[in-house]
Amino acid sequence: MTATTHDTAAERVPTGGLVVEDLGVTLTGRDVDIVDDIDLVLKPGEVVGLVGESGSGKTTVGTSLLGYARAGALISSGKVLIEGRDVLKMPWKEVREVRGEEIAYVPQDPASALNPAIRIGKQIVELLALRDIGTTESRMQGARDGLAEVGLPNDDEFLSRYPHQLSGGQVQRVALAMAFLPKPKVLVLDEPTTGLDVTTQAMVLETMAQLCRTYGVSALYVTHDLAVVANIADRVAVMYAGEIVELGPKESMFRQPSHPYTRALLDSIPHLSQARALTGIPGRTPAPGARPHGCRFHDRCAFVVDACKESVPELRPFATDHEVRCIRAEEIGTWDMSRGTVPDADPDKQREVILSVEGLNVFYGRKRVVYDVSFDLAAAEVVALVGESGSGKTTISRSVGGLHKDWTGTISFEGDALAKSARQRSAVNRKRLQYIFQNPYLSLNPRLTVEQIVKRPMELFGIASGKKATDRVIDLLDQVALGPRMLKYEANRLSGGERQRVAIARALAAEPDVLICDEITSALDVSVQGSIVALLEGLRRERGISMLFVTHNLALVRSIAARVEILQAGRVVEAGSVVTVMETPREEYTRQLLSKSPSID
Amino acid sequence: MSTETAPPPPAVAPAEPSTFRKALRQKRFTVGLTITLLVVGFVIFAPYFAPYGESEVVGPPYSKDGFLGTDYLGHDVLTRVMYGGKEILIIAVFGTILGMALGTAIGVIAAYAGGWWDEVIMRFNDVVLAFPQILLALLVLTAIEQPSAWILILLVGVSHAPRVARLARGVALGIVSRDFVIAAEALGEKRSRVILAEVLPNMNAPLLAEGGLRLTFSIGLVGSLGFLGFSTDLGAANWGQMIQENRLGLSTQPWAVLAPVLMIAIFCIGTNLMADGIAQVAQRGEN
Repeated sequence: MTATTHDTAAERVPTGGLVVEDLGVTLTGRDVDIVDDIDLVLKPGEVVGLVGESGSGKTTVGTSLLGYARAGALISSGKVLIEGRDVLKMPWKEVREVRGEEIAYVPQDPASALNPAIRIGKQIVELLALRDIGTTESRMQGARDGLAEVGLPNDDEFLSRYPHQLSGGQVQRVALAMAFLPKPKVLVLDEPTTGLDVTTQAMVLETMAQLCRTYGVSALYVTHDLAVVANIADRVAVMYAGEIVELGPKESMFRQPSHPYTRALLDSIPHLSQARALTGIPGRTPAPGARPHGCRFHDRCAFVVDACKESVPELRPFATDHEVRCIRAEEIGTWDMSRGTVPDADPDKQREVILSVEGLNVFYGRKRVVYDVSFDLAAAEVVALVGESGSGKTTISRSVGGLHKDWTGTISFEGDALAKSARQRSAVNRKRLQYIFQNPYLSLNPRLTVEQIVKRPMELFGIASGKKATDRVIDLLDQVALGPRMLKYEANRLSGGERQRVAIARALAAEPDVLICDEITSALDVSVQGSIVALLEGLRRERGISMLFVTHNLALVRSIAARVEILQAGRVVEAGSVVTVMETPREEYTRQLLSKSPSID
Repeated sequence: MSTETAPPPPAVAPAEPSTFRKALRQKRFTVGLTITLLVVGFVIFAPYFAPYGESEVVGPPYSKDGFLGTDYLGHDVLTRVMYGGKEILIIAVFGTILGMALGTAIGVIAAYAGGWWDEVIMRFNDVVLAFPQILLALLVLTAIEQPSAWILILLVGVSHAPRVARLARGVALGIVSRDFVIAAEALGEKRSRVILAEVLPNMNAPLLAEGGLRLTFSIGLVGSLGFLGFSTDLGAANWGQMIQENRLGLSTQPWAVLAPVLMIAIFCIGTNLMADGIAQVAQRGEN
């Protein structure tokens, strides 16, 4: 440590924090609010979690703290006070200085925030030079200290790397180091761990929380993931349709959530410790401009009364420091965390194996990515393939589905060995094994209507055609909880959850016996995930469909699967029934995954 | 609360308008379309209103008789201009259509087949691409005494094809790797159907833009060929040929050259504005 860094550290006395008053952001040119009436206080050293689903306006609030609104939006009212000064009223030159120096921002995708053509060390030194921190000689040392703080190597070799030579977690920690170096007073983190593995996520979160506490930095942690918030935040604010609907200390928020929306969100989250019957929230998040009058949640709320539709409820105190925007908060009873729990899948159940994978090795060109994997799948059973990115879980599922053909070993379906690629397999096998993709925004042809998409497998496999097929499409859409109104819509008019339902309907149209689900809920909001999982569970029970469920979310595995295969670097490290593996893990790797998985219980 | 209860009818985003509709909202496109339609209308209907016959001699060469004067043989220039667009229009339009169809087919098949096939098709494509467009046409034309319209169409089309193929392959590469194409593969759809129903409909915006641009090039190309003396009927009026025939009298009777030049220029500006408008719509769609 040089003298300079000592000085700056000494100067940093935790003061102030940040106060947001009556913040409103509208669309430019139209009187449509994206967020409004946001009141929020960040105390020094405090981490506030701002939780909301897509379209709730959480990122808009996050960037507003830096006096920034994305193109097309305008901060129209309110104050953002840092030590008594209003960021929104400052001349832009001053705002530029405040951004980064006093209020720092960590973006969702740091890889795109770092310049790919400049070495890491130089980027940090440039930042210090821009902020006039240290002298030319001391800046390199400053960069080293910053990297050490976030637990990264700081030798010359690391400093001279380019951003693409770092892993996702390392890039995110470099971004954290850069945010912390100017010693800001407030930190805004916009979903910084989305897309990271659980172990990396845990490491980044730990680093962040530790730095906040050490330097007395207040942080606003914007996320859609309640489980992450439960692990790191001191206080939690839940946003819905541009408003904060509930705000309170973490303990009180999770012990007695008082807004129906908060409860519905919590009900849709799977737990690590116990299987749950997940539920979703009916309907979809209203877009700015299409939000209902009165309480904005009233059209999706289970406790709605006429008074809810009349006027916008105020955010009012409910318990100590705990505020809620619901007129019926006292009347709707208490909430119990164990609500919706169901018995775990029975590990001793009789199994009738229909799909078995033996000695599977998968290659990408010369590179071998899956080593000698064997498992099987019984009728009406869900087997989960779990692992971090790069563990080969998706690769295995694609090989089973016939989408990747560079593999050796045997995959047999009811005794028949399956050919390598889908095209070489018999029509019957193709029909009985259906694949559902991770990203519903990519898996449906945007030019075709829902009817055309769902009808196609029926025509192809000669199940139905013409009018009869259309009737069946309506039937299937009904099963996935979509109305017949959707028939003529093109896929690009639907929301993510609706698209994934259409994708499921397409798979069901082939009347399959096995569904291969490749992280099918990871691109969706938790409430949508809840309803999709409920739908799949219904299909399994009613139709006896088996599923190979690929995911990185262990809590979800507990609620949906009967058996689990834990994968690490292309090998199965542990396998067995979900209860056994999750209650009494034998392998260190499994234990690690379990302990790093964020969870609200 | 559960999913069994019927969900309320969801509010659905408005239907995405077609590329053409989106383009119509653009001034650039509508202006271009208007100009193009006016020129096309002129080419088709003007001969019926021509003051004289196509090859009728109305006065001494390069005189000021008539609205735009006379040309090197004493034909009325206005009449010649009114007659002279037909060949350019027909050959340019059909040549462009042929080039687009051929190029799209090559590009999409190369992208979809991938690997070795892609390599072979595109390298072969590069060989053809190495010839400047006009040179390729001249090479063949010099061997033929009197080209017929379909040979010219074929030449224009073939010279466009490799350029279109490059673009089509680039666009298609981004689409064939998308999950919905893989989903169709997994269902075992016929390859031709995957291309026609899944891939092609998703490329129409960039292809339309390219088509407009190719039409502009075609007009220029056919005009140049006419100027160099390659046309279906040497006696008939032809804008490109008129420039060449009358260039010696440029100082005494400039209209004999300027009139066809202006027609070609206006036509090109019209089609180019149209292509530009579509390209902007296509780009915005991607963002």
